[in-house]
Amino acid sequence: MRYLPLTPDDRSAMLAAIGAKSIDDLFVDVPKAAHRDGFVDLPRVAGELEVERALGAMAAKNASAGSVPFFCGAGAYKHHVPATVDHVIQRSEFLTSYTPYQPEIAQGTLQYLYEFQTQVANLTGMPVANASLYDGSTAMAEGVLMATRVTRRNKAVISGGVHPHYVRATETVVHAVGVETQVLPAAVDAEADVIAQIGPDTACVVVQTPNVFGTATDVTKIAEAAHAAGALLIVVVTEAVSMGLLKSPGEMGADIVAAEGQSIGNALNYGGPYVGLFACREKLVRQMPGRLTGETVDADGKRGFVLTLSTREQHIRRDKATSNICTNSGLCTLAFTIHMSLLGETGLRKMALLNHEKALATRDALAAIPGVEVLTPRFFNEFAVRLPKPAAEVVEQLAQHRILAGVPYSRLAPAAGMDDVLLVAATEMTMDGDIKILASALAKVCA
Amino acid sequence: MSTMNTVGRPTTPNRVESKPATLTGGRGLLQDEHLIFESDGWGKTGVDLPEPKTDGSDLGDLVRRDPIGLPGLSEPETMRHYVRLSQKNHAIDLAIYPLGSCTMKHNPRLNEKMARLPGFADIHPLQPTSTVQGALELMDTLAHWLKTLTGMPAVALSPKAGAHGELCGLMAIRAAHEASGQHERRRKVLVPTSAHGTNPATAAFVGYTVVEVAQTGDGRVDVADLAAKLGDDVAAIMVTNPNTCGLFERDILEISRLTHEAGAYFYCDGANFNAIVGRVRPGDLGVDAMHINLHKTFSTPHGGGGPGAGPVVLSEALAPFAPAPWVVHDADGYRLIEREEDEAAQAFGRLCAFQGQMGMYTRALSYMMSHGSDGLRQVAEDAVLNANYIKARLSDLMSPAFPEGPCMHEALFDDEWLKGTEVTTLDFAKAMIDEGFHPMTMYFPLVVHGAMLIEPTETESKQELDRFIHAMRALAEAAKAGDVDRFKGAPFHAPMKRLDETRAARSPVLRWTAPEGSNIAAE
Amino acid sequence: MHFSKDHEWVRFDGDVATVGISRHAADALGDVVFVETPDAGKTVSKGDSFAVVESVKAASDVYAPVSGEVIEGNAVLASAPETVNADPEGEGWFAKIKVSDTSTDGLMDRAAYDAFLATL
Repeated sequence: MRYLPLTPDDRSAMLAAIGAKSIDDLFVDVPKAAHRDGFVDLPRVAGELEVERALGAMAAKNASAGSVPFFCGAGAYKHHVPATVDHVIQRSEFLTSYTPYQPEIAQGTLQYLYEFQTQVANLTGMPVANASLYDGSTAMAEGVLMATRVTRRNKAVISGGVHPHYVRATETVVHAVGVETQVLPAAVDAEADVIAQIGPDTACVVVQTPNVFGTATDVTKIAEAAHAAGALLIVVVTEAVSMGLLKSPGEMGADIVAAEGQSIGNALNYGGPYVGLFACREKLVRQMPGRLTGETVDADGKRGFVLTLSTREQHIRRDKATSNICTNSGLCTLAFTIHMSLLGETGLRKMALLNHEKALATRDALAAIPGVEVLTPRFFNEFAVRLPKPAAEVVEQLAQHRILAGVPYSRLAPAAGMDDVLLVAATEMTMDGDIKILASALAKVCA
Repeated sequence: MSTMNTVGRPTTPNRVESKPATLTGGRGLLQDEHLIFESDGWGKTGVDLPEPKTDGSDLGDLVRRDPIGLPGLSEPETMRHYVRLSQKNHAIDLAIYPLGSCTMKHNPRLNEKMARLPGFADIHPLQPTSTVQGALELMDTLAHWLKTLTGMPAVALSPKAGAHGELCGLMAIRAAHEASGQHERRRKVLVPTSAHGTNPATAAFVGYTVVEVAQTGDGRVDVADLAAKLGDDVAAIMVTNPNTCGLFERDILEISRLTHEAGAYFYCDGANFNAIVGRVRPGDLGVDAMHINLHKTFSTPHGGGGPGAGPVVLSEALAPFAPAPWVVHDADGYRLIEREEDEAAQAFGRLCAFQGQMGMYTRALSYMMSHGSDGLRQVAEDAVLNANYIKARLSDLMSPAFPEGPCMHEALFDDEWLKGTEVTTLDFAKAMIDEGFHPMTMYFPLVVHGAMLIEPTETESKQELDRFIHAMRALAEAAKAGDVDRFKGAPFHAPMKRLDETRAARSPVLRWTAPEGSNIAAE
Repeated sequence: MHFSKDHEWVRFDGDVATVGISRHAADALGDVVFVETPDAGKTVSKGDSFAVVESVKAASDVYAPVSGEVIEGNAVLASAPETVNADPEGEGWFAKIKVSDTSTDGLMDRAAYDAFLATL
């Protein structure tokens, strides 16, 4: 087998050095009843070519975003990733290294994590950011838990504009530790409705901007209301590029930002791996989950970086840790950092404006279709439309014509009574021709 | 007060004499590389984009006016910056990376190629399932391999890392106790003292009280102590097998029998599945739930600390509680069940926004298919052979923590052999860096004093093992010969000397900020 | 000064108890990098976790050796946690607690504590 370097002669020589007669001698602690003699019932060893054929056949059955007019968003976005990004993240020293536990021989990883933390802090407008969490949804869950630790209160009020899958992932985890959630009804433009629900037991309010319907909201007033009641404001962002155009959560008073960073440097990957961005106010840093990289000096006084404040983490705190998290999204943070370094402020702002431009053009084209109503008043690169028939049916019909028209809201929340709502996203990848194809096909299906 | 894990972790380094520094900070091939924020790239970009036709004015006050604070670099500068950084990292592709319990094995590039096929990498998690039948087929095929290799009837694919898998398993256990009305009574989880930190952290996270189970002198779970602590107030036990001392739990069948008799579930930490894959099926050991770190046993890259993937195999008793989403296969093809209310109504919820780590599923399946059932069995055998070879070749100079009998995939030494040398485990590890090796895992498991946990994995050749053994022996002899200076200031030849972790933690500097008086437009 | 088995110390001055961690504990922790002391007004019961101390290599809860109401947490420790290493049984105190009961039941005097340390 090509990945196994030992030869039969090596194995014999090594068994002799150990003083074992056969490999079975090394498995003597396995109870006889549990030991299997033959091979398990699966195919045998396969060459590269065979594996490429088998997996290639599976891949060929999928309609990739780049091969069709494509308008899906709702928490995952198709953006262009410069070739440099994927080349660098495949360098052996990044791809095949581990968590930087030995900082003397892991400065490469530690320094890019420090750069990542600074980029995320500046992008979100927050003082500090960690070295990433699994994805945006788990970041939101960790944010709610952190808010309960900080405030010693037990309830989260969640806006009806937050992505339903984020809400469900958060509820699943926080309910297990006895934290209450109050989720407001789904609404296109009602983030401020959370204000009326803030009470003395509220640990945090959670709002999303742009929300799952694409609506962008200035949440400053919500922050003020939360702070007046001693609660924290958590701002969720599922489209990181939006922060290149829109006011940052920090500027609007957020205490914690939980965001999805996939849009910068990372492929769609059918949902993962992605990269959770997590930032907070400076005074909350010791309650923050996940890894942190910090600056220090070595024995020669030279600047270097180390993992720090690790006493918050499971390997030391064990059952008293702030979270059980043991890993970050290492390589995805590197992809984010490289892409962001290429973009810079100039490139990011331009990219964001191009997203907005394409979304406006798509909106205009769809708004002209009889029976189609645009619901989202202000948006970045995604908006909701009401169709004259169930959105899931329309999406399926258009998919048969090799058009991926967007995400039916009912797929995320079937019980919301919004079966006719379709979420449509455009990015810098969207071509004018794609918009025409979508509009004309949608007009036919809706007629 | 209670203290935990107080031995031997690095604090403040001693200043040591060294050769004259170079004049620029560069050292041969190692460039002294600044942060991107210290570059002159505050107006540059490395991406050419068309001029936008909108200025966003339709968004009024929502538009961000202040500078963001993001430098940009041209493409050649970007490439050079990150390549320079890369050269300061150790990597498996460079040399053996014997971090015990982390399983740093070769990462085949075929896996990378497969994961980047547009049919896998460029598909959206919410596309109509009719347009992603091949992706669902891949998930279903991976599930089949995992179930067959573990002898378990079900698997939840979505957990995003090992610790996330632990969370998944314990939440399924909790849901099962809730369904049978026993949750209020069963509030304890038993965890051996040698467990990885995530085990007690996860149990506490889910609201359980953690009760430690003693270990026997030969490094295994004390079955008598376990039996005494099991009762109708125990929800589950969490046992790692092979355990963190690198040993197979000989009494595993008795452990699972006692656990089930007490009405509790057996959670197995599958971090060390690498040692037994293809030879032992956890399902035959009475396991109810076990996470599988795809980045350990199935070679998906560690990537500097992630992303990982931690699918959880489940027994019949726990399968109904698996979280959404999951794949079903029927006459109409593959379907994705995304809401827990859709089918088996007992799912405990959802662990992340989408389907989990698809990119890791592809890599892991590529690896499994390459090996096949015969190759995977050989993986376990070679991993165990390599570890025992290291143990055999070093035991005369170093002190194995558990000398009797074979180890599994990792060899554990304590620091008894360093007594009287003034050299600590940490010093020894830092001297290994100078010899070109990544140190083994240190001070874990906590139950062994000055622990050194060496896991070579099956992808090391005998020649590389001999090279490693030669270096370890030379260092051990130097320590015993009183060559203390070689160790105390080490590493001398790495990109950095020992770093001051105390300083980093006392006054944390967690981000770059513009120096005072500069006109750089960061926050 | 009296000590608990968990390595906290207490010194009474009238009905005010000053509490901290012993030199043995401070040495075992290594370089202390962070201390969280309780706010004034907080009620603590003997045996409760009332403060947190972190070093680079360990994090520990600190348990109250007496019951009462906190009248002051040592604010110095927030900015200078190294005080705990420099002078654990003096300037590195954690909190002053107003107590109703100044008995030392269950606590050890210095000699007994030293003897106890010798058994560890």
